[in-house]
Amino acid sequence: MQKVLIANRGAIARRVIRACNELGLQSVAVYSEADLGAPYLTEATAAYPLAGVHAAHTYLNASRLLAIARESGADAVHPGYGFLAENADFAAAVEAAGLTFIGPRPRWLAQMGDKVAARELFASQGFPVFAGSTLLTSSQQALRAAADIGYPVLVKPTGGGGGMGMMTVDDPAQLEVAVARARTVAAQAFGDGGVFLERYVPRPRHIEFQLLGDGQGGALHLYERECSVQRRNQKLLEESPAPRLDRAWLEQLAQQAAGIVGDLGYDNLGTLETLLTPQGEVGFLEMNTRIQVEHGVTEAITGCDLVKIQIALAAGEPLPAARPRQGHAMEVRLYAEDPQTLLPSTGRLAVFRPPTLHGLRVETGYQAGQTLTPHYDAMLAKLIAHADTREKAIGRLLVGLKAFEVAGVKTNAPLLIAVLQDEGFLAGQVDTGLVDRIRAKEAKRP
Amino acid sequence: MIRHDLESEVTGTVWKILLAPGSAVAAGEVIMILESMKMEIPVESPMDGTVAEILVAENEQVEEDQCLAVVTA
Repeated sequence: MQKVLIANRGAIARRVIRACNELGLQSVAVYSEADLGAPYLTEATAAYPLAGVHAAHTYLNASRLLAIARESGADAVHPGYGFLAENADFAAAVEAAGLTFIGPRPRWLAQMGDKVAARELFASQGFPVFAGSTLLTSSQQALRAAADIGYPVLVKPTGGGGGMGMMTVDDPAQLEVAVARARTVAAQAFGDGGVFLERYVPRPRHIEFQLLGDGQGGALHLYERECSVQRRNQKLLEESPAPRLDRAWLEQLAQQAAGIVGDLGYDNLGTLETLLTPQGEVGFLEMNTRIQVEHGVTEAITGCDLVKIQIALAAGEPLPAARPRQGHAMEVRLYAEDPQTLLPSTGRLAVFRPPTLHGLRVETGYQAGQTLTPHYDAMLAKLIAHADTREKAIGRLLVGLKAFEVAGVKTNAPLLIAVLQDEGFLAGQVDTGLVDRIRAKEAKRP
Repeated sequence: MIRHDLESEVTGTVWKILLAPGSAVAAGEVIMILESMKMEIPVESPMDGTVAEILVAENEQVEEDQCLAVVTA
């Protein structure tokens, strides 16, 4: 492997380019018309334009990306996260073109991308799953399955992610209509109208495990990440270790997950996402076959470079040794959005000055002068603090957020600061309802 | 007659139009869904009434404050 095409944009494109530079690999960046002016275009060995601005014409345009790979002489493709990262057809096309796909083999992308298949696979390996149905084929089957699971029940699309197309149903009378609506949304958003049912868990915690496999039975885990602080089913803050949970129990779950990844022969990086009920029951949510946005949290506590590990594993190198973890790491995602309404905020970044502070890493794909368009997600930057205690990590993030100068778009910094100062959060009482509770409290304030 | 112009709160794209002109609409009912920065933004009717006009089409790009639909009661 000598030259890596990065089929992505923003912070993750910059992150992969940095890893390539440190490994002595050449890197090829791509950019849509909206991303002209991004700082990483000059950090890469070469940068190629993608005509247009729409995701479908640019970062989702598999044939154009493969043509650039050929033209630039790249021999590997890193998909980043989002866009084509979990698209099995794209991974297969990369391999068919004789290039290395930096990620798991395409069959894993296909199997884990099908939520019903992934759920059944982990259940068959003895990992806990919540009560749920198979793929729904008739309203009678849906009613029977929902009665077995118990109401309220969650209707979920088998493709896609990010909570899109999910619906909660409280009683049998609403089920048929909800299933039909979920099918329509799923078909439109993911091109697959398949839906299934799962037990609805109110106010769960979201805990995920960072896993690595060598495709030959070898596997290890790099601990958990707590990702319950969310808005609109999207993560806002992640940390490790997860507060207020039994360390030995978490270690046992992580070992079980790594054991399954090894037994399956899964290769490269993967993240097993789980939900935890307030009563302490755990259940499989999904397996992500890519680097996560929040990978920096794990890097901070283990000292590993997960992107370099991805590249090494894709090149056939062995797994790294197991790592102890040190201290506490916490990440917040700075979004261009209104902190009150949570609506996205577009515009020109007149000022953009990330802080430089000890113990605080900032990952961003932006610089001043760029314009944020509606075409891509609203993440401006990730701030990752590492310290010997959770309290110190929180303090570093607070200082970092207050020192981060942004003008031209609204940011969610006030909301992140409110979270970091919330009494419940400080006590480690986190669940997916936390942000709504904090927003309700803030709204009441005179 | 009360006439209410529904304006876009964001710059984005019209993802899906759920109600046609002439449809009865309840307060809080979603008339269309916009998409911006990978987020779905529902446009809801502020009152019970009728969708008098839909001023945009699916996949059309819209600007902040652009009028999207008119509801009358």
